[in-house]
Amino acid sequence: MKINVLLSGIMLALLVVGCGGKEEKKKDGFSVDRSKATENSVAAVPESDAVPASQRITLDDKGVGQITSITLDAEINTEMAAAGSEIYKMNCTACHKLDKRFIGPSPKGILERRSPEWIMNMILDPKLMTEQDRCAKDLLIEFNGAAMANQNLTVAETRSILEYFRTL
Amino acid sequence: MALLGSTILFSCGNQNGEGSSSGALNSSNAEKVYVAPGEQDEFYAFMSGGYSGNLTVYGLPSGRMFKEIPVFSQFPTSGYGYSEETKPMLETSFGFVPWDDSHHPDISQTNGELDGRWIFINGNNTPRIARIDLQTFETAEIIEVPNSAGNHSSSFITENTEYVVAGTRFSVPVPQRDMPINEYKGNFKGALSFISVDPDSGHMAIKFQILMPGFNYDLSHPGRGKSHGWFFFTTYNTEEANSLLEVNASQNDKDFIAAINWKKIEEYVNNGGGTKMPANYAHNVYSDETHSATSTMVKEVLTVDPTKIPGAVYFLPTPKSPHGCDVDPSGEYIIGNGKLSADLTVHSFDKMIAAIEGKKFDGEAYGIPILKFEDVLAGTVKSGGLGPLHTEFDGKGNAYTTFFISSEVVKWKLGTWEVIDRKPTFYSVGHLMIPGGNSRKPFGKYVVAMNKITKDRYLPTGPEMEHSAQLYDITGDKMELIYDFPTHGEPHYAAGIPAELIAPKSKKIYRLADNKNEYATLTPADARVVRDGKDVHIYMSTIRSHFTPDNIEGVKVGDKVYFHITNHEQDFDVPHGFAMIGQNTSELLVMPGQTKTSIWEPKKVGVWPFYCTDFCSALHQEMQGYVRVSPADSNLELSWSLGD
Repeated sequence: MKINVLLSGIMLALLVVGCGGKEEKKKDGFSVDRSKATENSVAAVPESDAVPASQRITLDDKGVGQITSITLDAEINTEMAAAGSEIYKMNCTACHKLDKRFIGPSPKGILERRSPEWIMNMILDPKLMTEQDRCAKDLLIEFNGAAMANQNLTVAETRSILEYFRTL
Repeated sequence: MALLGSTILFSCGNQNGEGSSSGALNSSNAEKVYVAPGEQDEFYAFMSGGYSGNLTVYGLPSGRMFKEIPVFSQFPTSGYGYSEETKPMLETSFGFVPWDDSHHPDISQTNGELDGRWIFINGNNTPRIARIDLQTFETAEIIEVPNSAGNHSSSFITENTEYVVAGTRFSVPVPQRDMPINEYKGNFKGALSFISVDPDSGHMAIKFQILMPGFNYDLSHPGRGKSHGWFFFTTYNTEEANSLLEVNASQNDKDFIAAINWKKIEEYVNNGGGTKMPANYAHNVYSDETHSATSTMVKEVLTVDPTKIPGAVYFLPTPKSPHGCDVDPSGEYIIGNGKLSADLTVHSFDKMIAAIEGKKFDGEAYGIPILKFEDVLAGTVKSGGLGPLHTEFDGKGNAYTTFFISSEVVKWKLGTWEVIDRKPTFYSVGHLMIPGGNSRKPFGKYVVAMNKITKDRYLPTGPEMEHSAQLYDITGDKMELIYDFPTHGEPHYAAGIPAELIAPKSKKIYRLADNKNEYATLTPADARVVRDGKDVHIYMSTIRSHFTPDNIEGVKVGDKVYFHITNHEQDFDVPHGFAMIGQNTSELLVMPGQTKTSIWEPKKVGVWPFYCTDFCSALHQEMQGYVRVSPADSNLELSWSLGD
């Protein structure tokens, strides 16, 4: 398996080099190879879950970390959500966009899949989560090994981001 | 098999290396300096870089180097002195000076004890004093010292950090003018500068300069405790020779230690005393909020003629061109290390005051009273060594003096002047350092000797070798040499401090929300490219592991491209680097929450890559981008993107 990946990696590199020397418009050969590489990386995803981590619903999972219980009021606190929106804009949008999957997933609809506690734990200590929480670990692999950055936010700041997510 | 072989080699090495010591002693020495993986050192040691112009940070007892702090020299490792934000730090009245010779670090004090807020260091060549912030371990401020030349008896601080003091080694015409060199005698002046330190911000300003006779002011230390308010400077070349000083400045049997009552002079200038002299010197200040430095030229300096203030300055005759000038923790003893002598001269502060009150003068030099040697002498240390240079203290009544010519450290007792112990150094030791060893409260566990000659101590690396530091355990009656470690540049002096006084306050990140840099990109939505004539400003942000934007088109040959990089990481120890192919400057290393700017002047049409130089994540190799450079007359509009 490892050797196969390595070989295809070398092949890929050779092909890329080959492409570089050719006309700029020609790109067919490259896309064929890309799909091969994708197959390999999908095969590398461990465990047996048929559903990708990003689509799994794990509302009972509170994650690992300092947040053990959050009660959301029925009404959205608009002031808190507005503050959360600003914090999100500065600290998160380099990787998370609302309208599409980017470096990480879009936060839209996240509360339908993840518990409030899980979301806050993930923001507060992504390293701990990807080490100890199954879903976070699988997400890291699904998202290409791009580890989520710890933005050193306070619990209050993180809570306001969660409130903002409720408005999406 | 291989394991067995290396074990045998290792034990052989031990026996050969320390023939006179038993194996058991060796292993206990090893334990004393061994800081196990993951464990941390007990002390920080800040060593001057000498001709590197910087300050290096080591751990004691391990001798591990933690950081090189760029101070007076351009430093491509971080982009210091290359980035637009830090270039002003190296501005002087001589223009941009990208290098200096850094000598004597000294840590700020409160009530005579180390407080760990700042560390100061002098630039010897183009006279400057720098203040380094010990929360960020970055140079926060540099002030140039006018009327000075060879800023050597610097940068020592008074016991509440009221002043950082900078004295000139080379006397010069003041003000500078075109005159024959051989008219030195009686015409040149030696400026001793008292630079005030704001107790809150640390900001420096030259409060006054004392224009002393044209001797060489070699080293200095403040009084402490009862002698707080005084400052002591060793002098040599009281002959006022201007050529072949090697011979001509060694004629007098005694030179002087100049005793300066700075409190008296401070009072005099606070009451309007002194003469304002036109000057031109740089004052460069770095801000952690704007992540930028500013350079301002100051046009005036307040000078003081010491003969106009009775009781402000006295000369204490001291044998044989004294080098180091050290004051014991009680403030009573002032030690002159007569470098051409075998003995140490110790003056008594109490006797000095009595002699002044009794007006026991032995003449005067340029109007400054000379006290009688016998009246101020506390004692002489008959060491038997040769070439004493510097003395530090352990806080237990002992002093430790380096002897350059006889390559040794000598331990002696304050008050009785008896020599207790002597240990060789390898080789030709200059300064030594005990953490807090020039304060009221030394931490007398280790002494570090800083040697000038390394020779056979390490594997040879061609004609040039790093200098060698040696660590002695001084907890017992006898000193014990326990470790050798190489040091970068040429450490002259060093300053040590318990780690617990600094480590808990050490800054981990800069808050992005607090970033006030004019060119900061605070959200990825603000990332953009703006043309202003031939200047192109690229507002770019970074996070693991991409640049926003990473594809830029519309740049032309002949443009001046400013990359303003803001690191959006907010996690400890995640800098991102930035390097552009063919750039005529250095890379940038941008700390979390910081903005730095690098200039690139594209000369060739093409598509040119840039990338992150700091291995930031598993996807670091993917952290790259391209700038398309079109011909100078191209009409291509600017555009930029990421992932589109």
